[in-house]
Amino acid sequence: MGDWKTVTVPVLPSDGKNIFQYTSERRISSPGMNSQVLRLPLPSSKSMHTFFSAFCTEENIEQSLSYLDRELTTLGFPSIFAEPRGRELNLISVINCMNELLVLQHKNLRAQEEVEMQHLKLGSDMDHLQNCYAKLKEQLELSKREIVGLQERDRQLQTKNRNLHQLLKNEKDEVQKLQNIISSRATQYNHDMKRKEREYNKLKERLHQLVMNKKDKKIAMEVLNYVGRADGKRGAWRTDKTEARNEEEMYKVLLSDFEQRQKQLLVENAELKKVLQQMKKEIISLLPPQKQKPKERSEDGPVLSDLEEDIGELNKENMWELSCETVREQLTNSIRKQWRMLKNHVEKLDNQVSRVHSGALNDKDVISREDHELETEKLELEIQQCKEMIKTQQQLLQQQLMSPCDDDTTLLLQDCYLLEEKERLQEEWRLFREQKKNFEKERRSFTEAAIRLGLERKAFEEDRGAWLKQQFLSMSTDYKHSESVTTPSAFLGSPDQDNRLAKSASRQRKPHCLSSPLSAESWQQTPQSITNNSAASTPPARDSKPNQWEESEGEETE
Amino acid sequence: MNFSELFKLTGLLSRFSPNGKCLASCVQYRLVVRDVSTLQVLQLYTCLDQIQHIEWSSDSLFILCAMYKRGIVQVWSLEQPDWHCKIDEGSAGLVASCWSPDGRHILNTTEFHLRITVWSLCTKSVSYIKYPKACQQGIAFTKDGRYMAVAERRDCKDFVSIFVCSDWQLLRHFDTETQDLFGIEWAPNGCVLAVWDTCLEYKILLYSLDGRLLSTYRAYEWSLGIKSIAWSPSSQFLAIGSYDEKVRILNHVTWKKITEFEHPTTIANTKTIVYKEVEKSPSAETERLSLPPSRASASSWFSTQSKYDISQVPVSLHHIKPVADRANPKIGVGMLAFSADNCFLATKNDNIPNAVWIWDIQKLKLFVVLEQLSAIQSFQWDPRQPRLALCTGNSKVYLWSPAGCVSVQVPMEGDFQIVSLSWHSSGDSMALLSKDNFCVCYLEREEV
Repeated sequence: MGDWKTVTVPVLPSDGKNIFQYTSERRISSPGMNSQVLRLPLPSSKSMHTFFSAFCTEENIEQSLSYLDRELTTLGFPSIFAEPRGRELNLISVINCMNELLVLQHKNLRAQEEVEMQHLKLGSDMDHLQNCYAKLKEQLELSKREIVGLQERDRQLQTKNRNLHQLLKNEKDEVQKLQNIISSRATQYNHDMKRKEREYNKLKERLHQLVMNKKDKKIAMEVLNYVGRADGKRGAWRTDKTEARNEEEMYKVLLSDFEQRQKQLLVENAELKKVLQQMKKEIISLLPPQKQKPKERSEDGPVLSDLEEDIGELNKENMWELSCETVREQLTNSIRKQWRMLKNHVEKLDNQVSRVHSGALNDKDVISREDHELETEKLELEIQQCKEMIKTQQQLLQQQLMSPCDDDTTLLLQDCYLLEEKERLQEEWRLFREQKKNFEKERRSFTEAAIRLGLERKAFEEDRGAWLKQQFLSMSTDYKHSESVTTPSAFLGSPDQDNRLAKSASRQRKPHCLSSPLSAESWQQTPQSITNNSAASTPPARDSKPNQWEESEGEETE
Repeated sequence: MNFSELFKLTGLLSRFSPNGKCLASCVQYRLVVRDVSTLQVLQLYTCLDQIQHIEWSSDSLFILCAMYKRGIVQVWSLEQPDWHCKIDEGSAGLVASCWSPDGRHILNTTEFHLRITVWSLCTKSVSYIKYPKACQQGIAFTKDGRYMAVAERRDCKDFVSIFVCSDWQLLRHFDTETQDLFGIEWAPNGCVLAVWDTCLEYKILLYSLDGRLLSTYRAYEWSLGIKSIAWSPSSQFLAIGSYDEKVRILNHVTWKKITEFEHPTTIANTKTIVYKEVEKSPSAETERLSLPPSRASASSWFSTQSKYDISQVPVSLHHIKPVADRANPKIGVGMLAFSADNCFLATKNDNIPNAVWIWDIQKLKLFVVLEQLSAIQSFQWDPRQPRLALCTGNSKVYLWSPAGCVSVQVPMEGDFQIVSLSWHSSGDSMALLSKDNFCVCYLEREEV
């Protein structure tokens, strides 16, 4: 605590400065407090002194203290006395009060600062606004003057316009008037003309009468002799019949003219219809078959079916060349539809192309067009070549068909087309016969082989049988005899079976294998050998064998 | 091209016979009949007075010579030169005379158009047609010669009568809605009759053979109207030339205008070919100078050669401004002709008197303009091919065909100013007529 001077301080906001001063005094002595306060300007010491001494002197310390206490308590601060009515100062409360007062002072100073800033701002804003206001006022004046000027001009133009309209109306009226004058004069002239004409006619009649009355012998024709008619016929009297005939002739002439015209129109119509149909087909072919948007598909659907119907109908109808209105309408409507679709399609393509040119790097379209063109050229060349070929071939064919020739050559020529074929056929026949022969040979050899096989087998079996017989005979006598009798039959059956099998096999194999020329001889030989062999084995079977062989021979040859 | 020598002629009366074998010409009161190929005189007839009009009969056996002043018509026979026939109208007077299509009747129009007398050469009968109209084309025969249409006027109203030429029976008689009928013309197919009104009223009416009104066409009111008309050879088109310098083409199906051809003084369309006749300087002939100068070379000195140059479009044509307060002003399309193959139409606009306009009918566009150095006197299409011959009052004849055009100087001594020309029916030769002379020009097949 340093020395502090007491001064009567009125609690007014304007004196905040003074409080400021006091606090600054104190602060210098105790530097541990708010640095903010240190920045504040120092008041002159003289005024401070006066203030400090004005409030509290040595005489009125108690009074000033009580006054301070009263003031502080009214402000809401705690009392500075230790006791409510005591005389001793509560130092702590005094310090606290002082602190509070300092804080308050700071707040007030800050507030003041802010207020002053705002005040400055407002002042500058005000200035600015005033300037703007002045400028705007000027502008307003200017525009008002302009408006007035424009209004004036507008008024002038409107009057001009009205004048021109008036002039135009006047001119029109004049024109109308002149026309009326002309028409009235024309009627007047016509009337006058008619009057004069009537007079003239009267004169003519009079003159005519006079001329006729005179019976001028001069009005005559002198001719050496009358000439025959141009067409050589005799003149005829004029009767009703001739009148009727003339009428008829006239109508005939008119009718023939109408018919001719109608024919021409029909031809024209048919041609145009054809052209329209062609166009329709081409347009349909040009349009892409599938479309991405479902809307168009839905349009396509009924339209295509309509088209198909139309095409069918119109093709039929063109056959009979009907030309009723509904057909015409259908055709034209369908063409219009198709044309619209084609137009849309082309527009889309155009858009695509333009987009391509402007944006994306899609060169495919360009290249494909070039390719397309090249291809079309190639195709066209091909078409031309094909056409030429066809033409030449046609010519040759015609020549051949049309060329006149005598009988021999005709016969030759008639055969010439088939000659090749005939030769081919003959060759084939030859081959066929050769093959057949070979087949026969093969078959024979096979049968031979089969027979031989059969014979060998038979021989083998016979040997076996003989051997077994011997064995059996050696083992037993009666029992084996019956068996041995049966066995040859069984053996006979088997070689026969074998033969039959061989036959069937050879029959089957007949068409496939070639037969050698020697088979014929061997065929003849074998039955004899067979019969010889069969004769060697068992008698009853042998008898049947040749029969069987004969039968088989017959079968074979069949 | 070969030219014959000059022969005397009066009144531009030179006619080829319909069969193409003879050429008749008049000199004053004499009628000379020549062979076409050799121009040798076959017959010479003498008439009673100066001839004003000659006409061959359709079978080329007779020629009529009309002398209007005396009111006499004399008919001469080619087969029998001794045969003669004279028709005297006496005090009735004679204004016009023509053959009927069968070549055996003569129709004489008496003075003041009092009546038309039909004289027959086969019988003694005479017929009269009363109240004929006094107009330019009052009588019209169909191409096949079956019917004749006569314009009449009774009680200040116009009528048309259609007669059957074989027996002169009146077939139809009907009134026309015209103010003052100016002319009538049959279509080449003989089924439609065009009737048009005076130039004070633009109105053309089309009647069928049986007298029904098929259609009326009016282009505009009050201004001067129709000046000339022409049917196309196929009867498909009717070209109407009017005083407003336009040609309107009607089609035979609807009788409505299908197009309008304008004749402006400046041609701006680049697709039009403009042939301009320019004079060639005659300096090339100086080497052949010889003294004394022969007649031929002398004439060639005085006459300048000319040729055609193609002018660059836009071209401005020489035009005249007609006098405003005179009647029948020289303005409007006064000459119209279709070519024989129906492909071209040649027109002349009277206030651009030096130019012939050739229109392509297939494309309905202006094809060629021929600009000459002097006013065009007459032009005529070749009856066989699309070839146009025209003359402008000098001694040159000009030919145009789609292949090109050529200007041919007629190698004549003296002055030969061609005022009119007429083609032979075969298209191989042409008669060039001037006021006092005529010559025949033979064309080779490949020419132009």
